[in-house]
Amino acid sequence: MFEVIGERINTSRKLVQAAVADRNADYIIDDVKKQQDAGANFIDVNAGARIGHEKEDMCWLLDTIQPIATVPLTLDSPDPTILEMAFLMVEKTPMINSISLEKDRFDTMMPFLEGKECKVIALCMDDSGMPISSDDIANRATALVESLNKIGIPTASIYIDPLVQPISTDVNKGTMVLNAVRAIKNSFPQVHITGGLSNISYGLPQRKMINRTFVTLMMDAGMDSAIIDPLDSKIMATIRTVDMLLGKDSFCMEYLKGVRSGMIQS
Amino acid sequence: MTDFNKIKETLVSLDVQHLIELVNEALKKGTSAVDILNDGLIAGMDIVGEKMENEDMFIPEVLMAAQAMSQCVEILKPLLGDEGSSTKGNVIIGTVKGDLHDIGKNLVSMMMESAGMEVYNLGVDIAPEDFVSQIREKNAQIVCLSALLTTTMPMMKLTVDAIVEAGLRDQVKILVGGAPVTQEFADEIGADGFAADAGSASKLAKKLAA
Repeated sequence: MFEVIGERINTSRKLVQAAVADRNADYIIDDVKKQQDAGANFIDVNAGARIGHEKEDMCWLLDTIQPIATVPLTLDSPDPTILEMAFLMVEKTPMINSISLEKDRFDTMMPFLEGKECKVIALCMDDSGMPISSDDIANRATALVESLNKIGIPTASIYIDPLVQPISTDVNKGTMVLNAVRAIKNSFPQVHITGGLSNISYGLPQRKMINRTFVTLMMDAGMDSAIIDPLDSKIMATIRTVDMLLGKDSFCMEYLKGVRSGMIQS
Repeated sequence: MTDFNKIKETLVSLDVQHLIELVNEALKKGTSAVDILNDGLIAGMDIVGEKMENEDMFIPEVLMAAQAMSQCVEILKPLLGDEGSSTKGNVIIGTVKGDLHDIGKNLVSMMMESAGMEVYNLGVDIAPEDFVSQIREKNAQIVCLSALLTTTMPMMKLTVDAIVEAGLRDQVKILVGGAPVTQEFADEIGADGFAADAGSASKLAKKLAA
């Protein structure tokens, strides 16, 4: 089944930033509960936006969220010292967001990840910038999987982010990432494919229409996770329906459950 | 007498073939290439920029308009001579050090070029000292800094600081932009302006360069 990484607890969102600054635990708890109820499989926690306060903000957020978390957390920071602290604070095996092939990021994240039991998001980004072709994306994914395997992280714990790019600037950006996902899943059937989806619709109107249609195509290509807002009920309904159509929902149980709860409506 | 409104409207409606015909007709009638460029094409792109700002036009349409414009500029180029090279300002643009995002910055760059400015697009991952040396070399009046990550926003401040330290602050206006950037942040780091999209960035640059 598709795994949703709930993106809402991020201090670059205005209301979250205010809640963190005011140490408003009720707001954060309420938001996390809503994401869990909506079907989030992970809760991403990013405390990076209040510059100079990341460590204490992350610490407070985890203290606040941990007691009510029913799903694992995604620890989202570029700073290994903050991740080390966060790693010790969580109960369930966390997901780390993220490593990439950018030299600084790679060199600081590899020693952090070595020997740890965790899942990890691996971005197909390197020092030359965003990938420019399907082969480019697939080659970067291969490099990431092979490096992470070497330090003991199994392929099934790796979530490759192929980096979705805006179709508004180049109409081939959709097929580029779709073909890359097929190639990656072909080379590594065990690996997960995740990422943000909304970049695809940047610069165009009616973005959610594009995002929902795109996730359907991506899931057919092999995407089995995404970093999204679980409170967007339409995309959640689409994802659950696609899971069924791709034969991942035994006896259509989850689909029917979704219909009965009112989450899925045509 | 050339109807510049017709050229503007045709550019905005993205009818490339017709636009090229109109430009050729105007030249035949004896309208100067400079006037066609300024009163027709650049004025038309101003409307495109405004429509983009108001979400009446979208990125693919803006790209198509810019492409149509540059096809026409190719026709005008041999006739522009020195007159055409008197631009509306030299602009340095780049994504700050540590940040590799380029799409938004390239759109801004394209809109400013279409507005008749001389734009030097330095690329991504540009260190403060490289912005400084390029300001000197290109004698820039406008510097545009892009950052798409909360982690690279502090680099914008360091870049502004480097420009101050180099003694170039009075020579240039500094504009900042990118998804996480706000007017408040622009004020905080001592930049001269902020724009939320490529259309308004271009408008603001023209205003500040004037």
